[in-house]
Amino acid sequence: MELYTLSARELADKIQAREVSAREVTDAFLACIERVDSDVRAFVTVTAQQARAAADAVDARLAAKEEVSSLAGVPIALKDNLCTTGVETTCSSKILRGFVPPYNATVVEKLSAAGAVSLGKATMDEFAMGSSTENSGLFTTRNPWDLTKVPGGSSGGSAAAVAAGEAPFALGSDTGGSIRQPAAFCGLVGVKPTYGRVSRYGLVAFASSLDQIGPLARTVEDAALLLSVIAGHDPGDSTSVPRSVPDYRAALTGDIKGLRVGIPKEYFAEGIATDVREAVTRAISVLEGLGASVGETSLPYTEYALPAYYIVAPAEASSNLARYDGVRYGHRTRNAQGHIDLFEKTRDEGFGDEVKQRIMIGTYALSAGYYDAFYLKAQQVRTLIKQDFDRCWENFDALITPTAPSAAFGIGEKTDDPLAMKLSDICTIPANMAGIPALSQCCGFTESGLPIGVQLMGPPFSEETLLRLAHAYEQATDWHTRRPSLDKK
Amino acid sequence: MALTREEVRGVATLARLDLKDNETDRLTHHLNDLLAQFARLQELNTEDVPPTAHAVPVAAALREDVARPSLPREAVMANGPQVDRELGGFIVPQVIGE
Repeated sequence: MELYTLSARELADKIQAREVSAREVTDAFLACIERVDSDVRAFVTVTAQQARAAADAVDARLAAKEEVSSLAGVPIALKDNLCTTGVETTCSSKILRGFVPPYNATVVEKLSAAGAVSLGKATMDEFAMGSSTENSGLFTTRNPWDLTKVPGGSSGGSAAAVAAGEAPFALGSDTGGSIRQPAAFCGLVGVKPTYGRVSRYGLVAFASSLDQIGPLARTVEDAALLLSVIAGHDPGDSTSVPRSVPDYRAALTGDIKGLRVGIPKEYFAEGIATDVREAVTRAISVLEGLGASVGETSLPYTEYALPAYYIVAPAEASSNLARYDGVRYGHRTRNAQGHIDLFEKTRDEGFGDEVKQRIMIGTYALSAGYYDAFYLKAQQVRTLIKQDFDRCWENFDALITPTAPSAAFGIGEKTDDPLAMKLSDICTIPANMAGIPALSQCCGFTESGLPIGVQLMGPPFSEETLLRLAHAYEQATDWHTRRPSLDKK
Repeated sequence: MALTREEVRGVATLARLDLKDNETDRLTHHLNDLLAQFARLQELNTEDVPPTAHAVPVAAALREDVARPSLPREAVMANGPQVDRELGGFIVPQVIGE
């Protein structure tokens, strides 16, 4: 059996039992990257040398019979918006080309303390704005299941790397679906935790009230393992919640009898592809067969989530991205006449089209005279969306929906139609607006062999319930055991 | 309500973006598409609805007011496109008395 086909948990067990060395594991994944990444293009930066050194350090501790942590020697890929000391962090933007952070994101520190070995930095849509990685200012990642399709986005590099066997799991970030939609497109488990569950310190900010970091993995157990490591309060992020972190793996009991799962009818309306609707309906039957009680419900404000999101997220982004001015880091224009010109030219040269669009719409929505009509209105609608969910939690422990309206679309298929691209996030955006946890997992394949995702959402801090449901479903099905044919090369 | 090209230029000035002519045209078109989407929000009566800025309420995060080590100046300045290490500053074009 090839090492790069094993789950993170299996790798951790084998390393700790000294059946295999951490170095062998890291080398196996680096070899896989070497073999497939020229096709998949999941990595902006591969940190082979640092990875081997970190793996050797784990092996040395094991040889000395020292205690090691839960992820000792297990490789991981990091989305390139997570700051990494001494390793370039680009956000797939020309404006951050060459930026080498002087500090680690809190999640990177936690991974390092747990013994995980970072393989490198994964591609994304520029500043996490997009649904396909086609907005990357550097290059587009391809879907390992079909290289002519997008991997989803914005965490498309993280998802593609895991699906292709280039990493056993990865970290992404999710502002409007950027973990869950690529997880769906690449046949993975992706978790957007409750807002405040995971520290955002050192995550390059896109929309601060919506962003969360979370795991992408091939199994629910691996996602649970990773979430247990990265979750928790951090004084470096004033919005992180001081609440103890459970061992999420302990929640995977297989017993979902009596859990109440709601089906919000708005998520099955027009625009959802037939194969997606059918696969999700079958998944609902599987949960019912396992003892969950299932019933229809309604979230009447769902259709307003997308327009409200496209005010709130760009407004916050326009403020967060004001810092890129060519003075302290990143790109700086070569032909400025005065300081205003320096800012304007630097930003025009450094930002890509989609980022400019969002900065513009956000600036407009926050500008004098329009604040009440747009930003305030969107925040009020956000309250209505949140209240929709709150009413559901009186009767249900979780909600089940499609993750995305379709399976992965073709590269170039939606690039000329920004609104069509944005509709790809229609099922995932509400969870960010409400701050609730949500998970996507594979629930089948299209006729042409592309993965289909099903989404579970729950009340704040119900990650254990969502993982339990997902794990029970995974045990009853075998979708997660399929691999793209890249591996067989 | 549609934005004119001139209004888009005004927003670009606020956003400190030196847009090229073709970018201004494209963005005018795109922003108006989005504004048409936003119009749907006006269907909703939100008169008595409080705004939600953060979905999960968190109390103000306070800490003891004690000095802590910060990043060394050299580390922070290492990413500067133009710096004066001796003076310990970032170089910018002349701002006063242009």
